[in-house]
Amino acid sequence: MSGLASPAPGFARQLTARPLVTVGLAVFVAIVAACFLLPALGVTEIGGMSVRSRLSPPGSEGYPFGADAFGRDLLARLLVAGRASLGIGLGVAVLSSALGIVIGLVAGFFRRLDTPLSRLIDAMMAFPDILLALSLVAIFGGSVGNVVLALSIVYTPRIARIVRASTLVIREMPYVEAARALGTRTPAIMLTHVLRNIVSPILVQATFIFAYAMLAEAGLSFLGVGVDPATPTWGIMVNEGRQYIDNAFFLILFPGLAIVFSVLSLQIVGDGLRDALDPRLAKET
Amino acid sequence: MSRYLTKRILGMFVVIFLVLSIAFVLVRLAPGDPASLMLGPDATPQEVDDLRARLGLDRPILVQYLTFLANAVQGDLGTSLFFNQPVTQVLAGRAEPSILLALFSLVVALVIATPIGIWAAYRRGTPGDQMSVTTAMLAASVPSFLTGLIFQRYLATDLGWFPVSGYGGPDASFATRLEHLVLPSITLGITNSALILRFTRASMLDILGEDYVRTARAKGMSERRVVLRHALKNAGIPIITVVGLTFALLVSGAVVTERVFNLPGMGNLAVGAVLRRDYPVVQGTLIVVAAIYVLVNLATDLLYLVVDKRVKY
Repeated sequence: MSGLASPAPGFARQLTARPLVTVGLAVFVAIVAACFLLPALGVTEIGGMSVRSRLSPPGSEGYPFGADAFGRDLLARLLVAGRASLGIGLGVAVLSSALGIVIGLVAGFFRRLDTPLSRLIDAMMAFPDILLALSLVAIFGGSVGNVVLALSIVYTPRIARIVRASTLVIREMPYVEAARALGTRTPAIMLTHVLRNIVSPILVQATFIFAYAMLAEAGLSFLGVGVDPATPTWGIMVNEGRQYIDNAFFLILFPGLAIVFSVLSLQIVGDGLRDALDPRLAKET
Repeated sequence: MSRYLTKRILGMFVVIFLVLSIAFVLVRLAPGDPASLMLGPDATPQEVDDLRARLGLDRPILVQYLTFLANAVQGDLGTSLFFNQPVTQVLAGRAEPSILLALFSLVVALVIATPIGIWAAYRRGTPGDQMSVTTAMLAASVPSFLTGLIFQRYLATDLGWFPVSGYGGPDASFATRLEHLVLPSITLGITNSALILRFTRASMLDILGEDYVRTARAKGMSERRVVLRHALKNAGIPIITVVGLTFALLVSGAVVTERVFNLPGMGNLAVGAVLRRDYPVVQGTLIVVAAIYVLVNLATDLLYLVVDKRVKY
């Protein structure tokens, strides 16, 4: 229909054309499956605390990844914490996309609102991610929902900018003019003609935001201002492990690697998505 | 040119005005009364009332907002509840480590990223190129606290090559302070090299496909000269943009790194202020850092004029 087309036929084949993207996708799916399926199937027992097993090194009997300072199985805890970390990342990607789409469409479609909204987006982007998130969490309080909300506010301007720029282009397309001439109402034009054509760049950006949000959440938890420690996340686990940095470095290493693998695989998938969905954008990377 | 400058500077003032407004609204978004939140549950009603009066919270919101704007324009960002000093003074005392850390980590990032980025673009599509791009993604995926903790554990604690943390104490010499910045700068530099590498590679790719590069090659110019004299010089503009943005973010984006190495910088101050509910400091840090970002952005745009004679505003 236009240059900014939605997913092309053979999308899955294009996405997995690069072996690296296939590997990234496989790693990410494996991490998600391990975190959400294994505990449910009872493969790993969350297990209680055990003084005798505290700080057992990786490979000890019954503790393949070792045990933490309370003698809890590190692998089980990693899988449980992964649900919160991945859940927060996904939540932020979805919420910031939704907010960004609304703001971007309004700014791109209504000329009068464009300048004030664009300046507001500029001002929001002047605040560094982690510092703004830190202040927002401090103000809202450290529940999972509030961390998702705070990080969504931080990342919304990125989506809004992309949506606004694409809307400005599509608004002038002949088919939009035709729809308007036929009497289609503005909200319907925005949804059926504009939004459908900008799905690709939003999806790519949302994948990157998923990754950045996981890193940011880990950073916040590490600083002690993230989610309430009663809900473990990978960032909280690294922060807890800090006290034992000299004699049990694995307490930091494993949750750290879980973050690295998740974020890296998501970034690779995001890159692959960009190549598959919009070859013109691929040139820029 | 002067019209562009006027427009650009006016735009900057609008953004700074919005930044101030957002910072004002943020602190007032906190549920409940800010004064009782700051003082904690043990405060007596009298203490809460006194603080409300001191912060001007007992006045109408519009008056509070206008007073806040008027004070901020005059460089008064309020008084820290914890340090009992003007916020600007508290921030100024923490500026040195943050600015030096930003500068040094930018140097580290440039030293790592620029040569690899040029090389990767030149070898486009080869396994070496793909490896450098994937490595850049890896560098961007490792949380800086993990890199920092690994360096701290092995290079500082075990090998004793660098100080573990801190800034050398209040009477430390400049050399000692610099020594304390080595590991944090490398940590932050690695994380930020990823973005610069990708930008350098992308802009070099664009330039290497240009007609004048082909002409230079056709004239028999050596590849080394083509890349260094023609391509790199023209790839400079996008690289300047990303360096400018990275620098602005580094000044504050170093929050986590400063915390890992316990550097007394602005980022560390902000975290402490958040934990102590010292809202004037939180607000002040946000404003100062955002203002630096906006100013660096403007400076970057103006630098284009110097670097590229084709750019005319």
